[in-house]
Amino acid sequence: MTDTSTGTRLPRAGEEGLLAVSARGLKKRFGEVVAVDGIDLDVPKGMIFAILGPNGAGKTTLMRMLSTLAKPDGGSAAVMGHDLLNEPGEVRASIAMTGQFASLDEDLTGRDNLVLLARLWGFRGRSAKQRADDLLAAFDLSDAATRQVKTYSGGMRRRLDIAASLVVTPGVLFLDEPTTGLDPTARQGVWRMIRGLAQSGVTILLTTQYLDEADQLAARIAVIDKGRKIAEGTSRELKAQTGSGFLHVAIHDPMQIEKAAAILEARLKHKVRRGVEGAELSVTTDSPKDASDAIASLIDSGIEVSDFRLGSPSLDEVFFSLTGHDAS
Amino acid sequence: MTDTQTHALLGIQRPRRPSGVSNALVFGWRAALKFKYVPEQLFDLVMTPIMFTLLFTFVFGGALAGSPKEYLQFFLPGILVQTVVFNAVYSGMGLSTDLGKGLFDRFRSLPIWPLAPFAGLMVGDVLRHLIAGAIILSIGLMLGYRPEGGVFGVVAAFLLLFAIGFGMGWVFIVLGLLISTPMTVMTSGFAFLFPLVFASNIMVEPATMPEWLRVFVEVNPVSLAATAMRGLMSGAASLQDVAVALIGPAVLTILLAPTTLWLYLRR
Repeated sequence: MTDTSTGTRLPRAGEEGLLAVSARGLKKRFGEVVAVDGIDLDVPKGMIFAILGPNGAGKTTLMRMLSTLAKPDGGSAAVMGHDLLNEPGEVRASIAMTGQFASLDEDLTGRDNLVLLARLWGFRGRSAKQRADDLLAAFDLSDAATRQVKTYSGGMRRRLDIAASLVVTPGVLFLDEPTTGLDPTARQGVWRMIRGLAQSGVTILLTTQYLDEADQLAARIAVIDKGRKIAEGTSRELKAQTGSGFLHVAIHDPMQIEKAAAILEARLKHKVRRGVEGAELSVTTDSPKDASDAIASLIDSGIEVSDFRLGSPSLDEVFFSLTGHDAS
Repeated sequence: MTDTQTHALLGIQRPRRPSGVSNALVFGWRAALKFKYVPEQLFDLVMTPIMFTLLFTFVFGGALAGSPKEYLQFFLPGILVQTVVFNAVYSGMGLSTDLGKGLFDRFRSLPIWPLAPFAGLMVGDVLRHLIAGAIILSIGLMLGYRPEGGVFGVVAAFLLLFAIGFGMGWVFIVLGLLISTPMTVMTSGFAFLFPLVFASNIMVEPATMPEWLRVFVEVNPVSLAATAMRGLMSGAASLQDVAVALIGPAVLTILLAPTTLWLYLRR
């Protein structure tokens, strides 16, 4: 990441004007289920901020609340300085929301979709058409402009959907899982687009279930699980919390698993996670040297190691490290 | 997209926020575009009334009124009401489809008049009623139907027709908001429309019906609408006929427009 200037610093007290989104104790309940359970969030202006979490963590509900689509059951929030509950109209005027499912009219052409939105924002006649054409050109959709959206590929729909959010320049752009379901090429394209928008000064709050996506795009990441925020920081800070890497060890004899886990825990001073299949252990390691020492101790103790590798933590592992339980 | 493109794209000045009426017209434009891009829906819209008019006139007409021609004179204003009442289902189905796809999330996150999308659906309804009504009237005229109320009577009748359609439209909009599958919107809508339409005076005078049914038929808003339509088209309508025909649509609107808004905004 290249953001060394303002990107990673949170505004201090008295600098609230620098916050695009500021939420305190946001809560949302659906019957018995608490989808969002008291989340605080501060998103500085001009930043790409990622909310990282597994399916069902409450990401979408949080985004829906911040974009006025769902009413919070508790807490408060301001978006671009406007109170979510008391000034929903002003909030709507200063945001754009691209939901998880393409919010487009599939029967209409790509161009008509954009003209429709341009007119709703107040562009008239020719200028609405001009705006639509400019957006289509910028998002590389000019060739498909007069085709019905139902004939578009997943990547094209996503691009049109994001274009639809830029009919007027929003103060904050909410992107709910912008690349879920896209192939790697389309995904790269969306990433490039998001970076371009951020460079032009648009604040972007996005959700993702992919650690690498948050890592690639965001200056700050909030990790949420079961409706709560469990960690927040730059990707470097989060990784440091999880250790520089993750050591995966496969033990040949299942009878030796507990003994091996005890040795790893003693040497690496981190909780050991037992794999679903049983014979694999994984544990945070602070350095490659620690990892190699730990493997050496296992072998010295007569434990047969059938495989080991050092890798960056996966989302599951970050979760395990942060919460002590698995994401699922 | 390149950086220069992005800058050009984002440098745009925001236009002035448009009025609620302007928002509603945009949604009306969307409804009109649907006819262009989904012409299939016109087939249903055109075929059903043609079939009903021809079948009832020629199959039942002679038995019910002595001759198809005489029956047509009685039946045609009624079939217009029936068509409009059934037509309202399209809006509900469309709405249910839109809600399922997240399109309305986009609309709801825009700073627009909250009822504007529904006003657009109503525009679509009026277009449908106009198309279907014009077809039925043309067939009727070809088969020998004569509106004694003249052009003025027919125009007045069509205005009443739009009011009836407007009232019914809310029923299906509410169903569309409540039910997530478009097909279920249709079937559940028809489940209550069929008795309402058939237990009316659209097809036959209730004179031969059992007492309990006749009582219902006489107060059924669909009957009141059909009576007023017959009156307007034949030039014999009293103010009272038209007024009671408008009670149904008015009550539906007063009850269901706020319900619509509440259901829409609470999601």
